[in-house]
Amino acid sequence: MWWLFSPPCITKLEVMDIYPHHTAATRRIFLTGVGGLICSFGVAPTFVVRPAEATPASIAAAIREAVGEAPVRQGRVKLDIPPLVENGNTVSLTVSVDSPMTEQDHVKSIHIFNEKNPQPNVAIFHLGPRVGRARVSMRIRLADSQKVVVIARLSDDSFWYDSVVVMVTLAACLEDLR
Amino acid sequence: MARALINVPRKAQRGDVIEIKTLLSHPMETGYRRDNVGNPIPRDIISRFVCVYNGTEVFQADLFPAVAANPFLSFFTVATESGTLEFRWTDDHGNTQTASASIEVE
Repeated sequence: MWWLFSPPCITKLEVMDIYPHHTAATRRIFLTGVGGLICSFGVAPTFVVRPAEATPASIAAAIREAVGEAPVRQGRVKLDIPPLVENGNTVSLTVSVDSPMTEQDHVKSIHIFNEKNPQPNVAIFHLGPRVGRARVSMRIRLADSQKVVVIARLSDDSFWYDSVVVMVTLAACLEDLR
Repeated sequence: MARALINVPRKAQRGDVIEIKTLLSHPMETGYRRDNVGNPIPRDIISRFVCVYNGTEVFQADLFPAVAANPFLSFFTVATESGTLEFRWTDDHGNTQTASASIEVE
């Protein structure tokens, strides 16, 4: 008697098993294709050949390279950057460090890192007592919504950091070509 | 020669902390983009910026492709003596562009 019921069961299982997988696969391929077309502006390849993104592993490596094995503490540094950005091509940011900037106690350098651009480094500033006030402003690119990290090295070789998560509506990748 | 915009106060009291704003017109091409026919656009990045106050380097910056086009930098320095502030931008190929401003310190 069991074989009377089994065929529909098997067919149903097969459909259930294959169909969602099938749609998911096509949707993924379609989306990748659209992304590829947008990124490469209608050029033939359907798959995006993106440069290696700065994964959290590479940002960690970049920070290690700048800091070494020294501990990095939170505080003294303030990163001012809008939390919601419309255009990732120009994001203005200001870094300020709480420091008297004297010969004995000053900021040696400020390092800015990002998580998801193709490269983890953004900029390194070398300061000294002649700078007078440890505050730097600039404009950066952000390829995606991500965390921006700032690390300051003080004259006593202590490291301090601040980080902000930035949401980007239009990524720097989609910039129009002139 | 790209255009540079410099904003330095013309006069300052001795010991004042003055703000300096610089902007260089430069594409800061990342090298990751492609043009309309799919050819990669070669990298063209200002990788170093230096501010020299009467022969002393007071501020340096290493810049990476994540810096937006037309690199803008704003920083401070102590007005120690009358003289000139010289700004140098160096790109990947070693080409340097300079600009300068004079300041009178009382």
